[in-house]
Amino acid sequence: MRKPVARRYDTFLNMANDTNQFDVGYVAHLARLHLSDSEKQKISAQLKDTLAYVAKLNELDVSKVEPTAHATPLANVLRRDEVRPSIDRATILKNAPEQARDLFIVPKIVE
Amino acid sequence: MQYEAVIGLEVHVQLKTKSKMFCGCATEFGGSPNTQVCPVCLGYPGVLPVMNEEAVSKTIRTGLMIGSKVAGFSKWDRKSYFYPDMPKNYQISQYDLPLCAEGAVEIKLDGGKTKAIGVTRAHLEEDVAKSTHFETTSGVDFNRAGVPLMEVVSEPDMRSPEEAFAYITALKEILVSGGISDCDMEKGQLRCDSNVSVRPIGQKEFGEKVEIKNMNTISGVRRALAYEIQRQTAALQKGEKVSQETRRWDDAAGRTFVMRTKEYAHDYRYFPDPDLMPVVVSEEMIAAARKLLPELPEAKRQRFIKQYGLPEYDAGVLVADTALAGYYEKAAVASKNPKAISNWVMTELLGKLSEAKRTIGECAIQPEHLTELVALVDGGQISGKIGKEVFAEMFDSGKSPGLIVKEKGLVQVSDTGALEGFVNEAIAKSPKSVADFKAGNEGAINFLKGQVMKLSKGKANPQLVGEILQRKLRGG
Ligand SMILES: [Zn+2]
Repeated sequence: MRKPVARRYDTFLNMANDTNQFDVGYVAHLARLHLSDSEKQKISAQLKDTLAYVAKLNELDVSKVEPTAHATPLANVLRRDEVRPSIDRATILKNAPEQARDLFIVPKIVE
Repeated sequence: MQYEAVIGLEVHVQLKTKSKMFCGCATEFGGSPNTQVCPVCLGYPGVLPVMNEEAVSKTIRTGLMIGSKVAGFSKWDRKSYFYPDMPKNYQISQYDLPLCAEGAVEIKLDGGKTKAIGVTRAHLEEDVAKSTHFETTSGVDFNRAGVPLMEVVSEPDMRSPEEAFAYITALKEILVSGGISDCDMEKGQLRCDSNVSVRPIGQKEFGEKVEIKNMNTISGVRRALAYEIQRQTAALQKGEKVSQETRRWDDAAGRTFVMRTKEYAHDYRYFPDPDLMPVVVSEEMIAAARKLLPELPEAKRQRFIKQYGLPEYDAGVLVADTALAGYYEKAAVASKNPKAISNWVMTELLGKLSEAKRTIGECAIQPEHLTELVALVDGGQISGKIGKEVFAEMFDSGKSPGLIVKEKGLVQVSDTGALEGFVNEAIAKSPKSVADFKAGNEGAINFLKGQVMKLSKGKANPQLVGEILQRKLRGG
C-alpha cells in the first residue's frame, strides 16, 4: 500500500521538485476522479508541465518571508454568538439524494 | 522483560456556544433531525462562513487555563476528505497555526502525588454530522455539523490507563469549571481517541503506535487501553511485532478490532481556507479572556476558610470537586451556620452519594433544602438525630425538610408538660438508675435520658429532657 505523501499543502510543490514521483492515479483517487488509461496519460503529461512551471517558485529564496495565507489584509472577521433561524427541513430535504426518517439517506457507510 | 505503555490522547470537546462555529444555527442537543441546518453547515457551494467570537474566546480561555502559549496569529485550513458526514468534502480546521500551543494538565496520582501531562496544542474546528446505519443505507443528521469543536492533543506522557483516566478527568474538570464545555460524554460533548504503544522499560524509543477509536466513556477509555496494552505486551513477549494501525474499541466485546487501514491512511491536503480570515489575538482579547477565568482552587480554598469559617480540611475536601464546591456554596451562602452545612455535606451527603453511586449533579437534595434542614436543627424544631432521618428521606424523595417533618409528625417535643410525663415514666421504670444517680454516679442520668428519648420516639428535645431530669432527681 502506498504511504500517504507529506500531509502538507506544499505537497504539489514537493511533487514538482521531483516530477518522477508524481502519480496521477493517486492524485485522481484523492479527488475521487475515475480516469481512463488514456486520460491518465494525457493529464499526467499536462500536470507535469504545470508542476514544472510552478516549480519556478522554488528558485526564489523565501526563507525569510512569512508564509502568506491571504492576500486581503483582514483579520478577526467575527460574529456574535447568536442563534438565527435555520432553514425549514422539508425545503432542505428536497436536495437530498434520498430521504427517510427526516435523514439524508446515503449509500451505507462502512466502518 | 518488563514493559511499559506510552499513551497520548486526543480529546475533542464541543464548546458551550448557542450557535454553530460558522453559522447561526442552534447547537442545542436533542433537536429533531435536520432542523438546525442551513446552507453554510450543509456545505452548499458559494456560502460564506463567519467565525463565532464566543468559540474563539473560549479556546483562548482554555489556553490560559492550561498554561498554553496563545498564538498571536492563527488561521484556518481545509482538511480534505470524502465522507457523507462532511458534505463540503473538507472540514474547516487549524493545521499549522493553532490558537493554543503547548501547556499542561496536572493529574493526581495515588499517594497524593501529582504529574504534569503535556499538551501539544489546542485548536478549533467544526464538528461533523451524525450518521445512523441501517441495513443497506446510512442516514445523516446535520444538526451537529458545524458545532464548534476544540481538539486538545496531549504529549505521549501517560504510562498507564489510570493516568489516562486521571488526565481526562482533570481536563474535564478544567473545562467544566471554566464554562468551556459541559463535557457530557453521553451527549457526545467529549470524545476521545488514543495513541498507545508499548516498549521494554528502559528503552528510549517508542514502540509501534496503535490508534484506538470509539471509546465513548471515560471508563471505556480505561478498559480499552488496559486491553490494548495487554495485547501489545503479549505480542512482544511472543516475539511478534505490533503493527501500526487503527483499532476500534468494542465495549460490549471488551476488545479492540483492527479497522481497515486503507480507509484511514489519509492524505488530507491541508491548505488555507480562502473564505476565512486569520485570527489575530490582541492583548485586549487575552485580557478579556483572563477576566472570565474561574477562581483557581487554591484561591477558592482560602476564600472558603475566610468567608465560611471552615477548617482547612473541610475547605480542601469541598474545593477538590468543582461541582461539590458549587453545591456547598449555594447552601452555605444562605445559612447562618455554614460550618454545619459543611458537616452535612462531608459526612452524610458524600456518604449517601457514594453508597448510591451517584454524583453531586444527580443529587436529589436541593442546596436550599440543606440550608433549611440546618436551620430546623439549629432552631430546635427537630433534634440532630431526627435530622438524619429527615436527611435520608430528602435524599430519596427530594422533598423539602419542612414538608417531611410535617408529613411524618417529627416536630421536636419541647412542651414541658409532655416532657415531664415522659420523664416521670422513665424514672418510675428505672429505680436502679435513679438509685445509682443518687449514690453519686452522675453518668446514670444518660440511661434515663435514653429512656425518655425512646418513649418520645426520638422527638423529645434532649436539652430540656436533661434539665427536667436533673431537677426531678436532685429535688426528689
Ligand atoms: Zn447552519
